[in-house]
Amino acid sequence: MDIAINTSQSRYHVNEKGYYGNFGGAYIPEMLYPNVEELRENYLKIMREPAFQEEFEQLLKDYVGRPSPLYFASRLSEKYNTKIYLKREDLNHTGAHKVNNTIGQILLAKRLGKKRIIAETGAGQHGVATATVCALMGLECIVYMGSIDIQRQAPNVARMKMLGATVVPATSGSQTLKDATNEAIRDWINNPVDTHYIIGSVVGPHPYPDMVARFQSVISEEIRKQLLEKTGKALPGYVIACVGGGSNAAGAFFHFTDDESVQLIAVEAAGKGVHSGFSAATSQLGRPGVIHASKTLLMQTDDGQIVEPHSISAGLDYPGVGPLHAHLYESGRGKFLNATDDEALAAAYELSLLEGIIPALESAHALAKLKDLQLKPDDVTVVCLSGRGDKDLETYIKHLK
Amino acid sequence: MNRIDQLFGNKPKEVLNIYFTAGFPHHGDTLTVLQALQDGGADMAEIGMPFSDPLADGPVIQDSSTRAIKNGMRISVLFEQLKGFREKIHIPVVLMGYINPVLQYGVENFLRSCQETGVDGLILPDLPMDEYETEYKPLFEKYGQHLIFLVTPETSEARIRKIDSLSRGFVYAVSSSSTTGKDKDMKLQEDYFRKLRDMKLQNPVLVGFGIRDKATFQTACQYSNGAIIGSAFVKAIENSTNLQETVQAFVRNIKQ
Repeated sequence: MDIAINTSQSRYHVNEKGYYGNFGGAYIPEMLYPNVEELRENYLKIMREPAFQEEFEQLLKDYVGRPSPLYFASRLSEKYNTKIYLKREDLNHTGAHKVNNTIGQILLAKRLGKKRIIAETGAGQHGVATATVCALMGLECIVYMGSIDIQRQAPNVARMKMLGATVVPATSGSQTLKDATNEAIRDWINNPVDTHYIIGSVVGPHPYPDMVARFQSVISEEIRKQLLEKTGKALPGYVIACVGGGSNAAGAFFHFTDDESVQLIAVEAAGKGVHSGFSAATSQLGRPGVIHASKTLLMQTDDGQIVEPHSISAGLDYPGVGPLHAHLYESGRGKFLNATDDEALAAAYELSLLEGIIPALESAHALAKLKDLQLKPDDVTVVCLSGRGDKDLETYIKHLK
Repeated sequence: MNRIDQLFGNKPKEVLNIYFTAGFPHHGDTLTVLQALQDGGADMAEIGMPFSDPLADGPVIQDSSTRAIKNGMRISVLFEQLKGFREKIHIPVVLMGYINPVLQYGVENFLRSCQETGVDGLILPDLPMDEYETEYKPLFEKYGQHLIFLVTPETSEARIRKIDSLSRGFVYAVSSSSTTGKDKDMKLQEDYFRKLRDMKLQNPVLVGFGIRDKATFQTACQYSNGAIIGSAFVKAIENSTNLQETVQAFVRNIKQ
């Protein structure tokens, strides 16, 4: 397992100060300093312990069901006259890539002696993945969720409750993901000693973006091996993943960033159109600033107030982007595209009908760009299918024409 | 000489610093509240620059910030309102806020505006100490702005020393591990206050978070140079129909 390899020589990975190029860092109030510092001092040390890696691998294998298949999508490939592989994170336990990270962080929290776990969630996927590992380890679990999201995502709220978690509504601000994150951070300020905060994406203060990216890097580690087995070559022409905060993309890109022949395609949510006023395409609409203790690109007013984004997909509905992605964007290493709500819906229907796979709305954004890439017959493209679409059925049914 | 240094030079004990959010309860109330604080006998004022996502604050100050933003408050508007305020206000004034709006305004522009209007110092809780030291310290000094850092009960002694060496004006001692507006038992914090007192910092110490009335103010003052009241004050004025009276009464209740 390569989660703790020394990657500091790569210019696309975090440096010793917690920055990716101009982005990252830890813009935290002093009240959070001991918590974040404890984590910063220990995360690599713990991740490098053989016993930790063994337990992590074992759980990923027997509990999550890894490695997730790399599936050659023949009918989809035929349609676009190219070779398309799907990395099936949708087949993980709990139905998305989120669990790779929560397994890693819960093992880390246990080794740090933490008794209480908090998390934020938007659509509820990360909340469910956190509640799941807390049940597995017998730890108390509190999930903060915007009160508007609680109404929108009732099935996931029920799942978290059945798994023994307490779901606390975030009633401040816009009452969605960014406010749930604020509330979780406040909880951590008020409970500095016994609590670990499991952030669900590659956002937040250093070392979170790096830690979460490493736990998710199992995705690209497997892709390389599986692609080599299937095609004789470890490197695809393209890796495509959707980006909200960007954790599945970080995992899918991680082991390819230094192979410059591999095009890394990040797909953001354009909502009703990038310039419609209802969008979450942060790289297009954002400017550098600080959100949730990280310097990155974020959507904001000209006087620096954070703007509420829009996407049909709750998992991409975030006004910032992980600092790693801001760096991939600024350096040109990553190509940032975006897909509208309607394009994502069409792509979800296309995959369902051609391959018998109902994707999550988030993943559908990545699929939606296959049509725009002018792929050649010999090109090999891997799409990270980050989650399954069961949670989005209500939205899909509403748009069924 | 900076007004904060003057204040502590003359009166090292029982300094009352009151926080309020700019543009709250109404857009035009900033100077009214400031004047009433001075008239009522507050020793210092801390004006909050509202931010959409104030991580270190509890619900009372977040709600006041949300309202202030809706009222049209922003940094440029605040500096407009503060133009000429030194003709009437002589107590030290610090601005408190989060780093993102300051970055968007431009750090040097911001510091220049602070100096031009007569602001004495800044509290920017999410500006990391290292970044201040390596990038911004000379600018703060150029424009005569004191940067006040926070310490908490969890801050190590070595780090408190470092913070004390970088802070100018005073050190802001957060009374407990909490966001603003939480009621915690002050008595429980006395060990920590005593430790801070015995460390004999080069800066004066003001205690904040959880100070809400005369009793908590006096407990804090036993071990420090004074205290900061925020949420309790914001709550007291949110529905006031006579700000002058409400503000002055609040201050007198603490000070008498």
